[in-house]
Amino acid sequence: MRMKSIFRHETILFLVVIVALVILSIQAEQFATIDNLLNQGRFLTEVSLVALIMTFVIVTGGIDLSVGSILGLSAIVLGVAWKKLGLPLPLAILVALSVGTLAGLFNGIIITRFKVPPLIATLATLALYRGLAEGISQARSIRGYPEWFFILGQGEFFGIPTQLWIVAFFTLLTGFILTYTTWGRATYAIGANETAARFSGIAVDKTKLFIYAASGFAASLAAIIFVSRVSTTRSDMGMGLELDAITAVVLGGTSIFGGKGTIVGTFFGLILIQILKNGLSLAGVKSDGTYIAIGLVLILTLLISNLFNRNSEG
Amino acid sequence: MNTQNENSNKFFSRFLINYGQELVLLASIIILFVVVSQVNHRFLGGNNLNTIFAGNAYIGVAAIGMSILIITGNIDVSVGALIGVLATICGTLAVSGYPIWFAWTAPILVGIAVNSLVGIIVAYAGIPSIVVTLGMMSILRGGLISVTGGDWITDMPEGFFLAQQDFMGIRVPLLALIFFTILMFYIMSNTTWGRSLYAIGGNPEAARTSGIDLKKGVVIAFAVHGMFVGLSTILFATQLNIIQSTVPPNLELTVITASVIGGVSIMGGTGTVIGSSLATILFAAIGSSLIFIGVSAYWLRAIMGILILCTVLADMARRRRVVS
Repeated sequence: MRMKSIFRHETILFLVVIVALVILSIQAEQFATIDNLLNQGRFLTEVSLVALIMTFVIVTGGIDLSVGSILGLSAIVLGVAWKKLGLPLPLAILVALSVGTLAGLFNGIIITRFKVPPLIATLATLALYRGLAEGISQARSIRGYPEWFFILGQGEFFGIPTQLWIVAFFTLLTGFILTYTTWGRATYAIGANETAARFSGIAVDKTKLFIYAASGFAASLAAIIFVSRVSTTRSDMGMGLELDAITAVVLGGTSIFGGKGTIVGTFFGLILIQILKNGLSLAGVKSDGTYIAIGLVLILTLLISNLFNRNSEG
Repeated sequence: MNTQNENSNKFFSRFLINYGQELVLLASIIILFVVVSQVNHRFLGGNNLNTIFAGNAYIGVAAIGMSILIITGNIDVSVGALIGVLATICGTLAVSGYPIWFAWTAPILVGIAVNSLVGIIVAYAGIPSIVVTLGMMSILRGGLISVTGGDWITDMPEGFFLAQQDFMGIRVPLLALIFFTILMFYIMSNTTWGRSLYAIGGNPEAARTSGIDLKKGVVIAFAVHGMFVGLSTILFATQLNIIQSTVPPNLELTVITASVIGGVSIMGGTGTVIGSSLATILFAAIGSSLIFIGVSAYWLRAIMGILILCTVLADMARRRRVVS
């Protein structure tokens, strides 16, 4: 039993993170500076918010491929509501968050009410939401946001980037919900055996609806931070985000079949991906080359983890 | 007389249940062509038909491989990146003076090799295919751009452009799509190997007890899929006079969507390649017809999304009726 907990996926991942940190700080001097690490945190924010909720989605045995498109759609809604419709920016932010949440809720309805497999449902809405973003924006970007709006994505708070506080808050919140609440237990139960969960009185459909809506909300919150960070709104924002988020979650040890996974794992997965990207590019590897490392790490970590788990079980 | 009637009725309803999705797709394509050609006669012009059928045939060929894979209960999200890599290999070989047949064969062999490796990891290490191919996508995409820097390949030799040629008045890509669709449909419904694919995806436990080697079956399915990715690449790489050595954006989603809308169940075990090929053509035709009836290009994707969603919901409704 004790051996098993030593070889937990999260432990292996933690060791990989440490090894990567050591190697990269030897390779590149600028890597292990506080400034650089905090700055990396900024780039990590959008994918982190999405990946935290994606952990819940995947633990239920589902998947949400539409998050990148929801991010794009929310960003466009924010820009259009503010610039074209002339709403005050705080209200426009609220509208964008609502649209994102509704988009997620709509995914949930297709999945629970019409029994469409999540992969297919969100594949369809991936096209739909991105299409809406393109149609509404007519591929024009929106700029000229007021200065105070940039606090969110470019400012800092007690010396730490603003958005890192938000990520930290959501990491603790989601970690707490998944580990210690009935909601969290229900999430695991649905993923482990949906029929059994239904018969033991868990409100399966309601839980799923809530999780997919939360996923949409996380994507739209990420959209607002993204727009604030880069000072502009474009309809192609967040393209491919879904695959980055899923990579982080799976790297973190969450089973793609559901029923198993932790927020701690996802957290380490996110950190590992970002330090690999940053460290390798500081060490002189071209930015596209870092994708090779991420792919290799994803496959190798799972191979090693599967190997140990098989040993400890057998 | 009576029994014969009953038999033909039974045959007819069985046919409807088995090939419902294919019939819906075929009907949609016909209706679309009739309606849109009334609105705009140029829709049926030779040039446009060539774009619809021949220009998208490579997607259909890749979707044949994808369908085989999904039927066994697996998936490949790296197919777009692989086509990008293979097209670059194909073009580079042709430009560097290797014989054209060699440039055409290389993508098929490399495709089989890469996907066999993926298949081995999936089958023998027990890591789900969506995860392995997600990693593979990252590796292929990163590798391609760091090697080529995104340069274009031009000045391919005369005779390289297979996809631009005609055979008996029909463009080669369309001919290839029809040939491979019929061939694989026959193989998958009439041979032991073909039936074993459905067994592996539909009920692995039953397949194992009836003597099918599950692991070997999955590796072979991946290898065959790799071959079709290679064939698809040849059509893709030889249709234009340049090859952009980048990954075609969202190609994996287009290919997976074609398979799924074609009636291949994502849970494995059901579907045909006729369905996935018809779905490819339907999507190409919808895209083209929206332009011909004057819809703004920026709304294309949204309308496609709604149509995909409607098809999926209709398919779920039809399936539930068949079950009950």
